[in-house]
Amino acid sequence: MFVAPALAQAGDPPVVDMQAETEVALDQPAEGNFPPFDSSSYPSQLLWLAVSFGLFYLFLKRVVLPRIGSILEVRRDRIAQDLDEAARMKEEADAAVAAYEQELADARKKASAIAQEARDEAKVEAEAERRRIENELEEKLAEAEAGIARIKSAALSDVGMIAEETAGTIVEQLVGGTVDRKAVSAAVKAMAQ
Amino acid sequence: MATDPIEQFQISNWIPIEIGGLDFSFSNASAFMVVTAVSASAFLYLTTSSRGLVPGRLQSISEMTYEFIASMLREAAGSKGMRFFPLVFSLFVFILVANLLGVFPYFFTVTSHIIVTFALALLVVGTVIIYGFYKHGFGFLKLFVPEGVPGALVPLVVAIEIVSFLSRPVSLSVRLFANMLAGHITLKVFAGFVTTLSAFGLAGAAGAVLPLAMTIAITALEVLVAFLQAYVFAVLTCMYLNDAVNPSH
Repeated sequence: MFVAPALAQAGDPPVVDMQAETEVALDQPAEGNFPPFDSSSYPSQLLWLAVSFGLFYLFLKRVVLPRIGSILEVRRDRIAQDLDEAARMKEEADAAVAAYEQELADARKKASAIAQEARDEAKVEAEAERRRIENELEEKLAEAEAGIARIKSAALSDVGMIAEETAGTIVEQLVGGTVDRKAVSAAVKAMAQ
Repeated sequence: MATDPIEQFQISNWIPIEIGGLDFSFSNASAFMVVTAVSASAFLYLTTSSRGLVPGRLQSISEMTYEFIASMLREAAGSKGMRFFPLVFSLFVFILVANLLGVFPYFFTVTSHIIVTFALALLVVGTVIIYGFYKHGFGFLKLFVPEGVPGALVPLVVAIEIVSFLSRPVSLSVRLFANMLAGHITLKVFAGFVTTLSAFGLAGAAGAVLPLAMTIAITALEVLVAFLQAYVFAVLTCMYLNDAVNPSH
């Protein structure tokens, strides 16, 4: 509907000066003067839009979008992979902690067993030593007792002789003269019994 | 002439090309389409060239855009809809970069021309129709007959569904076009106030502070709108593509 005035105007400008064009424009219907409604520019706009947007679309579809898509894909994979790795490492760490604790418990048990053994051994040794010393002491005691008994009997036998002599001497002093040894001895023996 | 808010949409032919009586000249609009496509491609290509396992900031932008569009499409159209991912991604990035480039002063805004947005909308709706019939045959027409509607109401509902389907390319293209056009005209009008006012000496220059602040605020708003409109276009594209993939609502 506004094709005709637009075409008419498109033909006009070369022959009229700027002032005249402005005046003409005021008289024209609005759409004839308004560039977006000027249909004479439509073929050119459509062609160049088709060319630029078409190439733009193809470039994005062939090159840019696959590239961005692959970047995002790689990143998603990488993150998932890293998470898996982290989970695996955590499991490993947990296993290591468990193994360490097991080892520690074993070592503790072993240590207490060794200590117990050492204690028992020491006790047995001490007991044996004590017994040996006791035996020794008993032996010595028996020896000493035997010695004492011997000395005692020896001493007792000496006592008889001393008593005879003393008795003989006392009798000599009291009675005067010589005393019969045999009689004194018999008398002492009789006294001792 | 310099402060005419419409002048920024003027198309000037740089390299005249005429084929079969039609004007296919390489214009400033064509140049900015090429700039949009090349700068977006270069950004996406170069930021991902290192293929960093740990992305840098720029690589993150590319990856976030990728995942943003991918999740949007997957939510709207399911995993079967992912075959259209390159299309939705290209549309979103192309519109976004075209919008953002348009915010720069003296730059041409590709998406401020209805023919461009309409062509993109037709591309979407055409894809829906062609893929819908290719995949489901006449079963695709179930799209227009919602389940559980009482028999008497079916003709009315079908008529409404058809009208709503046909209005999609219009609403899709006009929304983007009108947003960019209106935003840029507003921007230009306020910026024009600044130059007009400052021509009136010191008092005028002092008064120009207000429209200047407005211009800055609207520029920020335009950046937001640039994102928002590209997003809206992509979201609606995803929803329409869902119809092609799963026609029975």
